[in-house]
Amino acid sequence: MQVAIEGPWSPLFGRLTLDAIPYNNPIIVPTFIVAALAGLVAVGAVLYYKKLGYIWREWLCSVDHKKIGVMYIILGLVMLFRGYADGLMIRTQQAIAIGPNSPGFLGAKHGYLPPFHFDQIYSAHGTIMLIFAATPLLTGLGNVIVPLQIGARDMAFPYLNATSLWLTFAGAALVMISLFVGEFSSATWVGLMPYSEMASNPGVGVDYWMWAIQISSIGTTFNSINIIATIVKMRAPGMTWFKLPVFSWVQLTTAIIGLTAFPILTVALTMLGIDRYLGTHFFTAGMGGNFMLYINLFWIWGHPEVYFLVLPAFGVLSEVVPAFSRKALFGYPTMVAASFSIAGIGWMVWAHHFFTMGMGPNQIGFFSAATMIVGIPTGVKAFNWLFTMYRGRISYETPMLWAMISIVLLLIGGLTGMMLSASVIDYSVHDSVFVVAHFHCMVLVIGASAFAAVIFWWPKVFGFKLNETLGKWFFWTFIAGSLLVFVPMFMAGLAGETRRLDYVFNTALAPYMLWEEVGVLVYLASIFFFVAMLVVSLWQRVPAGESPWGTERGLEWLTRTPVPFYNFAVTPHVNALDETSWRREVGAALRPTRYVPIHLPHGSGLPFILGMDVFAWGFALTWRIDWLIVLTTIAMIAIVFIRSFDRNEGFIIPAEEVEAYEANISTASIFAEQPKRGHGLVGEAH
Amino acid sequence: MHSEKPILTAKTALWAYEGEEHDFISTRTFGFWLYLLSDALIFAGLFASYAVMDNPMSAFGHPLADGLLSASRGLEQTFIVLGSVFAVSIGSLGLKSGNKGLVLGGLAVGGLLGALFIWFGVSDMLAMAAAGNGPLESGYLSCLYTLLITHALHMGFGLLWILAMFIHIARWGLDAMNTARLLCLRMFWQFQASVWVIVYVYVYLFGGAH
Repeated sequence: MQVAIEGPWSPLFGRLTLDAIPYNNPIIVPTFIVAALAGLVAVGAVLYYKKLGYIWREWLCSVDHKKIGVMYIILGLVMLFRGYADGLMIRTQQAIAIGPNSPGFLGAKHGYLPPFHFDQIYSAHGTIMLIFAATPLLTGLGNVIVPLQIGARDMAFPYLNATSLWLTFAGAALVMISLFVGEFSSATWVGLMPYSEMASNPGVGVDYWMWAIQISSIGTTFNSINIIATIVKMRAPGMTWFKLPVFSWVQLTTAIIGLTAFPILTVALTMLGIDRYLGTHFFTAGMGGNFMLYINLFWIWGHPEVYFLVLPAFGVLSEVVPAFSRKALFGYPTMVAASFSIAGIGWMVWAHHFFTMGMGPNQIGFFSAATMIVGIPTGVKAFNWLFTMYRGRISYETPMLWAMISIVLLLIGGLTGMMLSASVIDYSVHDSVFVVAHFHCMVLVIGASAFAAVIFWWPKVFGFKLNETLGKWFFWTFIAGSLLVFVPMFMAGLAGETRRLDYVFNTALAPYMLWEEVGVLVYLASIFFFVAMLVVSLWQRVPAGESPWGTERGLEWLTRTPVPFYNFAVTPHVNALDETSWRREVGAALRPTRYVPIHLPHGSGLPFILGMDVFAWGFALTWRIDWLIVLTTIAMIAIVFIRSFDRNEGFIIPAEEVEAYEANISTASIFAEQPKRGHGLVGEAH
Repeated sequence: MHSEKPILTAKTALWAYEGEEHDFISTRTFGFWLYLLSDALIFAGLFASYAVMDNPMSAFGHPLADGLLSASRGLEQTFIVLGSVFAVSIGSLGLKSGNKGLVLGGLAVGGLLGALFIWFGVSDMLAMAAAGNGPLESGYLSCLYTLLITHALHMGFGLLWILAMFIHIARWGLDAMNTARLLCLRMFWQFQASVWVIVYVYVYLFGGAH
């Protein structure tokens, strides 16, 4: 029943031929050489220092929520860099290819990228930044912080947590390999329909895009289940719902969105998949296909997805702003209510992404009004942060700088969003770069908050702070770059520049394009300072002490620094909303007086193996290697079956051992190698 | 509520030395319930798509449900799937009394009825396809087949799960882990039956012939 495919196909390699490797492309080959060298250096270093066993045991097999969170964040940062490289290429193309007399290089008529290559780059940029950079960064933060904030030993389902990570990893790996084997989708990150169908897009690009998102979004659904179950079931004694820190509340609302929205994406992509593989007619042009169905399904996921990303950022602000204002968060209950409102209303606004597609005035009126209503809970949040700062003793450490600029960017992005929600304005700027600048302001809120969070909680995980001077250089260059790129972009959008242009025909836009190019190069400086900040801080490793910022409030700061792999030596009994600052205020004990045995889940290599299997499955599907599809599918079922026989649910650390760890806390850091612990100390289930 | 600072007294509990015994079975079943919620949304997406596709334009000259499906034939399937759920549920009463035989018997009868259901569904679909109304003929037919096959796939995985439970119960009996799994399995089986009931009402009764 398989559909006819263009080009060669062999039983052994499917559609894969040597021609799929772009060895003659002057951009991809140097990229490949650099990537391969970096990979060789990394693997060589691991082998030279004989760390292979350590990496396998302590990281790849780990089910520790902090390690999984750290790996998520590393993945997010790597993909953020890749996404930036795509952005740089897009901007450079538009800075060169302006007007009929603009020069052409490397085989392109204008600029240096032929249209098909350019289309792949902006499709990859959007896909990577949202799905493989922002999502892992924020999921990773939630993974690290939520169990600490609620006083739990780990997530409710540690094994499932590792599975989520490796599924996300498999999706990201598919996107990365598409750079060197074959091509990526040219149908934008949303999948233009029916252009993404086999008839008009016969290559493997759409398949790469589709399976990468599909696989990682299943990981995200699992992670959402895990976060909800953790927050509902694993809170420490005394932590009633209204003592739950705002970041955890926000993670709960985020996970509810993730749980309910991502299945719709799964449905939409599955339908596209069987259209492309089996020849059905969901979204085809003709034969009763309905491509508006795809656009609706996609945005029914897509808009909640936006709030799925921005709500954790709001949660970070709600933790960082009080810490550096030295005041409790203003309006805690309204903050919780606002998070749920945003999550709820986020479900009712999807059609504002296609006001211009002829849905009629009544629907436009509804979706326009619903979109404007989102501004109310968001405004509540913004004012709560401002009132938290009001009469606070503010200090300007880097996390606070990032938090404050987030609020400014939220204002810019929010006001332009209000403009776009009015359909009369939307009709004139639809699909212009004004929209692009608007949503980039919003994702910059997410990015800035993620940087605030990473810098703020860094000492909790690593035991030392990041260099403040370089951090401030990083901050100012990043903000300068952002303004230089996106202020001209707003202007160019109002001047009529449409999105996704590989060739800008209006020469009057040249100055804007030039300023944007300058801005994107300033970002390059900010990346330099970011890396310098990491390197210098890792080199110096000044111990941060038990209170790195001196102003910590939440329960997560009641753990030792760096946080030991068992989190709390003794589970705390929670008495106040900001437990740590309350204990410091009233002089309550910050450390337990005696220790008790700790029960932890044991690691397992199966999630990693499953992730690699799913990666092979996605690759086989993309290239239509039938035997490998069958093999990897059977392997998936077999891995789940094997796992069901793994009944040793953890190990016990005796009280004396906990005491020894607490006396020398760096030996318990998540980076310290732990002795192999026998399985089966807890034979029967708890 | 949050602004009132608690007062520290000698009796204020600061540490939970007794440890925090989280209820293993309830965490498992709650997590699985959340999974079912996400699965329900997959079906919600399919039903919404079916509603969009259920019109002559998407049928592209091929019949809609009234030319394809028989409500009385669907009723037989409905009774089979409800009987299967009834058997699994009666069997799960054995969890309370520790009656392994009852649990396994319920699973066996439920599984056999499930297999019978799948056989009914597959033979109906094959007959439809043989009559020239296969899944590739129109957008409506693509959607109808996808809806039916997605439900059948759920039952298929449920059958695999039942088979696996036979091994687990034979090996470990009705311990906490197996109890949690059986409770999840029962939820899953009731879930797929509920989905079938919606398929029956929405596709067979609203659209189908007698």
